Amino acid sequence: MKEFAGATGLVLNEPLLFEKGKKGRSGISLPRRDVEFSELDETLTGNGPNFPDLSEVEVVRHYTRLSTWNFGVDTGMYPLGSCTMKYNPKTNEKQAALPGFAGAHPLLPAGLSQGALKVMFELERLLAEITGMDAVSLQPAAGAHGEFAGMLVFHAYHKSKGSRRSKIIVPDTAHGTNPASAALCGYSPVNVKSNERGVLSADSIAAVMDDETAGIMVTNPNTLGFFEENIREISEIVHAKGGLVYADGANMNAVLGIVSMGELGIDVLHLNLHKTFSTPHGGGGPGAGPICVRKHLEPFLPVPRILENNAGYYLSYDFPSSIGKLHAFYGNSGIVIRAYSYILSLGPELKKVSQLAVLNANYIKEKLKDTLHLAYDRPCMHECVFSDKLQAPLRITTLDMVKRLIDYGFHPPTIYFPLVVHGAIMIEPTETECKEDLDLFVEAFKEVVREAGEDPERLYNAPWRPKVRRLDETGAARNPRLTY
Amino acid sequence: MRYLPHTEEDIAEMLRVTGASSLDDLFSSIPEACRRKTDLALPGPVTEWELNGIMAALAQSMAVAPLYKVFLGAGSYEHHIPASVSYLLGRSEFSTSYTPYQPEISQGTLQAIFEYQTFVAYLLGMDVANASLYDGASALAEALLMAARVSRLKKVAVSSLIHPLYRRVIRTYLEPAGFEIIELPYSADGRTDLSKLESTEGLGAVAIQSPNFFGCIENLSAVGNLTRDTQTLFITSFTEPLAYGLYKSPGSQGADISCGEGQSFGIPQSYGGPTLGMLACLKQYVRSMPGRLVGMTEDRDGKRGFVLTLATREQHIRREKATSNICTNSGLCAVTAAMYMASLGGSGIRELARLNYDKSEYLKKELKKAGFKIPFAASTFNEFVVEFSAGFEAVYQRLLDRKVVPGLPLAPYYPQLPDHYLLCVTETKTKKDMDALVSQLKCWCKTDS
Repeated sequence: MKEFAGATGLVLNEPLLFEKGKKGRSGISLPRRDVEFSELDETLTGNGPNFPDLSEVEVVRHYTRLSTWNFGVDTGMYPLGSCTMKYNPKTNEKQAALPGFAGAHPLLPAGLSQGALKVMFELERLLAEITGMDAVSLQPAAGAHGEFAGMLVFHAYHKSKGSRRSKIIVPDTAHGTNPASAALCGYSPVNVKSNERGVLSADSIAAVMDDETAGIMVTNPNTLGFFEENIREISEIVHAKGGLVYADGANMNAVLGIVSMGELGIDVLHLNLHKTFSTPHGGGGPGAGPICVRKHLEPFLPVPRILENNAGYYLSYDFPSSIGKLHAFYGNSGIVIRAYSYILSLGPELKKVSQLAVLNANYIKEKLKDTLHLAYDRPCMHECVFSDKLQAPLRITTLDMVKRLIDYGFHPPTIYFPLVVHGAIMIEPTETECKEDLDLFVEAFKEVVREAGEDPERLYNAPWRPKVRRLDETGAARNPRLTY
Repeated sequence: MRYLPHTEEDIAEMLRVTGASSLDDLFSSIPEACRRKTDLALPGPVTEWELNGIMAALAQSMAVAPLYKVFLGAGSYEHHIPASVSYLLGRSEFSTSYTPYQPEISQGTLQAIFEYQTFVAYLLGMDVANASLYDGASALAEALLMAARVSRLKKVAVSSLIHPLYRRVIRTYLEPAGFEIIELPYSADGRTDLSKLESTEGLGAVAIQSPNFFGCIENLSAVGNLTRDTQTLFITSFTEPLAYGLYKSPGSQGADISCGEGQSFGIPQSYGGPTLGMLACLKQYVRSMPGRLVGMTEDRDGKRGFVLTLATREQHIRREKATSNICTNSGLCAVTAAMYMASLGGSGIRELARLNYDKSEYLKKELKKAGFKIPFAASTFNEFVVEFSAGFEAVYQRLLDRKVVPGLPLAPYYPQLPDHYLLCVTETKTKKDMDALVSQLKCWCKTDS
């Protein structure tokens, strides 16, 4: 048998910071005091927070030990569906850390910040080319922030037409954040079910689209890993009733250079730079969620916009129809630099990225489809969705299987999502995994399923190898302990 | 391409398994009419060596320390970042993981965020803090939405001394949801005029920033006294959390929610982002909070561990009734801030805050001595407003040419304040830097003295 990555390693215990330290220690070299003490209004001053005092060595060991309890893309395969956990190139980190970028104040005069402005201006153009859309704003700080920006554009567009619509169509294969983003603009989501092929049928949209409906939010490719093949007809139906089409581009990694979103009737699209364009997920951010729009919606984009004249690049707030501002400054510029570096490094080879991402997903689908129940047996895009249906007679659930997968050295896939598949196991390998690792993953899953039959206890009590075992989440929610 | 591991052999063999005849054939489910007609017209690919050259040239055009002396604050602060913090946050086990959905293999992130929540609650004098929001502006917008959920009132009062760009973000968030926003004017001493507050009925929330946009310390307890035992929630906002190393915490002055920007804590300025939205509140509002929360619990063997908790507030479960749509937040920036706060310690944060205060007081005094006007009398922390004589713009330009950025002109934000500039002095400015600035100003400006 092949050797799996999972092993018991050198894992050290480490208390909380608040259980360490001694008054009088310090972990920082404070700049020199070269001025006198000034008088202070004692009625305003307090005692300062009761933080522990720690030396630099204590702080370094603390976080180094903590880091070893974490699984990241650099640790191993992380096939979290719809999250696109691809490799995060190290050169991107280096470029973003250049002192000129990292140390730049956002309110510097334009003449003193041409480099950052140029990167932003050019990335907007590159993303427009990649998506086939006309104009881009980099301001949204994450995918859900981009969705919100998109919904604000819908709201502003309808307002400009003198109407105020109350509903929005959200299919069951859309991303989880979509309904909450729409609700922020006062839209109530109208749920539409996908068909037996796992995609939306034009008829089901025609049945609900009316002139009270602002439009549709469609994730394309959707969370079942399928391209919404009726998207052009759907767009026509929505447009005919005066609505707009929003595409959640979180799964754009499947169609770079393959599909031009601008030609499908899509009016607004958001991208996740931390998915498709390789910037790190950071244990839950920061990311970036640029929005791309067609020409007729450009006046509504967030301000400031980046413009160019003879003197160079500059920021302009002079867009009276704009939805306004979503971020204190211009969004996550440091993430923008990473994505820009990635796109320059790949160039037209971005198409290969999508081809290999789709190849990897289909390969896993074929290799595992006799082991796990395949929810929809048809070619997939960047991810494939299985379920625990075949294991149900053994009383083994999706959760049991993926917890055991951890012992083999893999991060679990996305589980119990999308909701349309009961007990869903959503696998997105991404293009950066090599064939040998995909084969190991497949073999590990087969081992887990074999164990399910032979020794279910091994799964019920998994994982065995990490620092902690399954945690009491119910107790945590019932009696929340949120600070030390 | 070094990020793509597939050899031609791999591709051929994998295609055989999938039954597709070619890479293009994998996309047969996409109707012909939906296919892109043209190739991607993109520059590159460039080699890593070429990329280094391109990016270095772009970065070089930016005005940054130590070549430039930048006296800008206004929501983004130049602080010394210890090498140990930058080094630790580069541990890719932290940076290349995602939201800790699988707690058994995410204890590093989870414990680090739990510690961050504790630091923030201690700093702000509040009961609980969340795991981060995008930035200070969106944190304030979320706090106002949260207050409206608690009070069930959509009328809010916002100080005109809240960062002007934050106020624009608030309007973007609140107006489509049908909120009424009342702006509170400011008084001659540079603090919010609270008189309108006493006479306004039915307020769901009042938001005050301290230190405010002019750098002045607000009378938070006066607001706390007004809102105590009323349905109005008191939100305090901040752009410079280091001030709470020296000044009384929002919690000790009656705040219900405290939120703001955490960039000062070890996070590079990065031309405005990514930064860190902090949000903390009293215990009774925890179920109305936006964002992720990490809680302490036990595993099956009774060993201490941490998990994401109270998820029933969140978008993936509560859908359109969620307390926020936020999913990806600023996790790594929160961990960075915790690393920085741990490095400072309680003693360090007091000392550093005092150093910021004393240095900025030094510049303030020297400018006064040189005959420049300090228009607002209220106490400040590390930034303050100076009124220069008419036509200062030309001097400002000359200083830029000398690689000094002498603060932020206020006129674009407050048209009634021409020739007023907001200057910031943190621990990174030396006495020598400040003396040089004052002597150049003296030389180029006509003053009253």
